[in-house]
Order: sequence, then structure tokens, then C-alpha cells
Amino acid sequence: MQTSKWWFNMVSTNQLTYQYAGGKSIAYPDLQANGGDSLLILGQSGCGKTTLLHMLGGLLRSASGSVTIHNTQIATLSDKKLDKFRGQHIGFIFQKSYFVQSLTVKDNILLAPFLAKKNTDTNRLNALAKSLGIENLLHKLPSLLSQGEQQRVSIARAIIHHPDLVLADEPTSSLDDVNTATVAALLQQLCHENGAALIIVTHDVRLKNLIANQFTLTP
Amino acid sequence: MMLKIIYRNLAYKPLNALLSLALLMLSVAIISLLIVAGDQVSNKLDKDLEGVDMVVGAKGSPLQLVLSAVYHVDAPTGNISKKEADKMVRNPLIESAIPLAYGDSYKGYRILGTTPAYLTMYSGKIKTGKIFAAPLEVVAGAEVAKRLGLKVDLVFQSTHGDDSRGQVHEEGAYKVVGVLEPTGTVLDQLLLTMVESVWQIHDEDHHDDAPEKAAMTETHKEERNGEGHANNKESEPDADDPQITAMLIKFRSPMGIMMLPRMINEQSTMQAAVPILEINRLINLMGIGISTLQGIALAIMLIAGLSVFVSLYNRLKERKFEHALMRSMGTSRWVIFLLLISEGLLLAIAGFLAGVALCRIGILMLNKVSAADFHFRFEYGWVDEEWWLFAITLLIGIFAAVIPAIKAYRLNIAKTLSDG
Repeated sequence: MQTSKWWFNMVSTNQLTYQYAGGKSIAYPDLQANGGDSLLILGQSGCGKTTLLHMLGGLLRSASGSVTIHNTQIATLSDKKLDKFRGQHIGFIFQKSYFVQSLTVKDNILLAPFLAKKNTDTNRLNALAKSLGIENLLHKLPSLLSQGEQQRVSIARAIIHHPDLVLADEPTSSLDDVNTATVAALLQQLCHENGAALIIVTHDVRLKNLIANQFTLTP
Repeated sequence: MMLKIIYRNLAYKPLNALLSLALLMLSVAIISLLIVAGDQVSNKLDKDLEGVDMVVGAKGSPLQLVLSAVYHVDAPTGNISKKEADKMVRNPLIESAIPLAYGDSYKGYRILGTTPAYLTMYSGKIKTGKIFAAPLEVVAGAEVAKRLGLKVDLVFQSTHGDDSRGQVHEEGAYKVVGVLEPTGTVLDQLLLTMVESVWQIHDEDHHDDAPEKAAMTETHKEERNGEGHANNKESEPDADDPQITAMLIKFRSPMGIMMLPRMINEQSTMQAAVPILEINRLINLMGIGISTLQGIALAIMLIAGLSVFVSLYNRLKERKFEHALMRSMGTSRWVIFLLLISEGLLLAIAGFLAGVALCRIGILMLNKVSAADFHFRFEYGWVDEEWWLFAITLLIGIFAAVIPAIKAYRLNIAKTLSDG
């Protein structure tokens, strides 16, 4: 049952630092999020928000310190195992919606469970599409969708394979106010329902009022 | 799902894929056609050559003599005296000699005056009827019988020369007495009769009225330029010295080939040609044309590879985001690498299949021409060398994709995704 994930310590960091190629290094405050929780990390451009998110998702390796996701210290995994772990346990939402351009919306969403080697559940796809209001977009190509629609498709893709952690990088910065509110609400609601921890990094102050649990990174 | 991604990616830019595919198809088709046709031509050349060590005929081009006497695709060089030929045949180095007299045809198929030994040489077997035993009796080769619908007891009149539009010999009708089983040799394309039949037909011509004879001699002269003619009308054939067109010789020992051709060419009015040497010469001549074609096809194939490379490489820039995305969704570097290689491979396989299909269409069209002009039909079957061509095509596909694939393999996902 997904509910068993609730309030489980899904992700935590310990004395995480990152070293840039130029030699500059950043130390991050420790953070922690439970299943079903939402955490908003605010900060100006250039303060290393995206770097933090990529370290949490195993896209970048930290210089020191550790990231623990669902009891696994991801720094201990080999590259190949890390790829696999990422696919199975983490869902990403990016500022720009990236898609496999040649595949339909439906196939793009189903790509997540396929690449994570999990079963594709059409009922789940339909239920998610319905709650995100994208059920009549499924057979279109992603390039034909508006940005708000594209971001909702990204949410479906990030959550469909039951990840433990959803990482969102500036998910609302290219959206208008109405869409920002909708996307933020849907994101929180769906992660909560699925027992996934949600971490959003953004400089978008509109989200400040929408997500309670937050802290600000200072450069 | 992976197949879908590969296929949909190619279909996403159909014109790029089409260009690569068309180039691959064209090069495969040309090479495959050269392989298939070349294989069959050399097979056929070899098969018809079996048992013929030397051809003796009138002086002229040795290649023409071989083409006309062994393959029956060219006009004869002229006639020789049977007496002189028979004298030469008594040489102990010669195992067997088969006389040939030809020059007439029926509906484009050559009538060949010879002896039953000619059939034995090509392992011809009678399917229906019997072998010719009297003048004007004809045994039809399998292919001729099939094409012209010849059956035992059918009667026809021959035409002068090899052209179906030639002058008809009004008197003296041939009668079909037998039909042969297919042999896959030149035998299938011939109407066989006794040497005496040919003499008889042309003798009758010569006992015509004098003025008409003069006119006919003129006609024959003209025809000699194009189609040629066996019985040399200018030198009246007399009963004591009948003429034949050529003689096929088999040697008793390899010594024959060393001595006899030279002897005949130097000491008689006849010409001796060694078919294997002439055919090798012919193949060498054709070889220049064939290797030019091969070179062109190979160049097209390289350009096809380049086209695959360019279309994959150009799209890499826009596709690096989707590769980074797939990586973020758990795909390993290797899978992305293989994804791109597979796209090259898929194009190569599709191009190969289309090329082989086009090659068969080419053979179909070639057959339309060659069946009419040379009475030769190409088979459509798979030739083993085509496996090599397949392997080469696959390699081209892989090589074209390998640089884009390496670039995708090395993609920095974090940088790509944060650059936006």
C-alpha cells in the first residue's frame, strides 16, 4: 500500500557539499522530507538550487556528505545502479517540459514505468490523466500542447511509476498565475496521495503562499 | 517500446530517413544486381563450355567464333570445308569432334545441324518423341518448345539468318520429332537437326532458277553484314566438298591445347579458338565495366552512410534533451548508445531489403530484354554473396551511427537539463 510510505523519512541529506569545476564549492544545509510531504526550497538564481536538486536526484555526485533516499545512500551506487535507482525511485519535473518529441503524450507518460522496468498500468494512466485534466490530450504530440498542459503531462510522467521522491525544478516559472496555482495544487495533491516526498526548488515567489513547508537557500 | 521510439524517431523526420533509405536502396540494388547477374552469367558460361576444349571454324574473330559456335549468340564467322575438318580430326590428340552447321532459324531460335553427340555432351535427354534420325527431323530444346509451343509432329519452315524477320525458306519443311528435357545449358535454346538437313535446305535453294539465284545471293551478302549466314553462297557448295560452320573439339590430353590451336591456325585455312581463353578475355573486358559500376555503387553506399550520419548528427542537438530526460528516467548510457546505433541499423536493414527488392525488379526488366535478344533468363533466387552485401550494409549503418551514439553516450545530463 502506498499509504505505508506516509511520514516515512523518504529523503534526507547530511553535510552535503558540491565542488564546481572552477573550484568554488557550496555547502548545503541539511534537509529532510517525509513521504507525502512537500518541501519548497527558495533561492535566487545562481545560489545552487538546481545543483542541489540534481544531487538529490543522483544526476550529479556530491563532493562530500550524503543523500539518503528510502534508506539508500545514493553515493554508494555505481553509475549504472544509480541510473536504475533514479528511474525507479525518483520522478523529475523540469522548468522546460522535455519530451521525446516523436512519441505521443500517452507514450511519453508510459515511458516512465517502461524505463523503470515497472508494469505499465493503463487504469492508473487514465485516472492520473483525468485528475490532471489531460485525458483528451493523450494521443497528441507534446509539441502541440500549451505550456500549462505540457507541465501537467510532466506531472503525470513524474508520478505514474510510484516514485518515493518527486523533484521539481522551477516547475511554474514559465506559467501564468492561474496555471501556477493549478500545477502547484495538483503536484502537492498527487504526491500526497501517492505517498511521495515532493521537493520543489524555485525562485518563483508565487509558490511561497501555496506551500507551507519551506526554506530559503542563501548564496 | 524501444522499437517504437526507434521507429517513431525515424518517422519524425521522414524526408531525412527517406533520403538515406533511397541511397541505401539504390546502392544495394546495383551491387546485388551485379552479384546475381554476374553469378548466373559466369555459371552459364561455364556450363555451356563443358566438354568443349577447342572450336574450329572459318577465319575471323576468335571471340565471335566461340560466341557463335558455343553460346549461339553471335553470327558465324563463315564456313569451312568438312573434308579439311575431318582430316584435322584424325589427329590422335583429339578425343571427339562434333560438327555444327547453322545459319537458319525459326522464330528467332537457331536451327543447329549437328550429330546426336552434341546432345550427349550437354546430357540432353528426350522428354517426348525421339531423336532426329533423318534429314529435316528436328528435336526441340526445352525452352524453345515451351516458348514456341512446339510439339512432336509439328511442321515448320525455317528462316534465313537468326532474325525472325529473315527470308523464309519456302521449300523443305522441318518436322519436330522430339522435345528435350531442360538442361540449363544452351541446348534448351536450340532446334537440333542433322547436319544433312541444313545442306538439303540450302541445296534446294540453289537449284532454283538462275535469275532468282542471283538476286538471292545479293540478299545474302547484305545479311552477312548484320546477322551473318552459315552457308557461304559465294563459293558454291558442291556435293563432294560439303561445308560446315564449325566443329567442337574435345582433347584426349592437355597436350592438345598446347599444339593443335597453333597448328591449325598456321597450317590450314581454318581457325582454332580456345573457348576458355576467349571467354576469360571477354570477362576481362566486361570486368572494366563491372568494376566501374561496382565503384559507383560503393560510392553511393558511402554517401548513404554519410546521409545516415548527417541526419542522426543534426538531430542530436535537438534530441539531447530527450536523451537527458530518458537518462533522468533511469536509462543507462549504454541504452542511449544502442538506441542511436539501432536507428542506423534499422535504416540499413530497411535499405537492404528495399534494395534487394529493387534488384529483383531490375532482373525482371533485364529478363524482358535478354529473353528476347539472347534467349537467356535470369533466376530470382538468393545468392550467397548477398549475405556479404547484407553484412556490409549493416556495418555502414553502424559506422554512420557510431559518432552520434558516442556523443549521446557522453552526454552531461545535469548540464543539459539545467541549461534549458
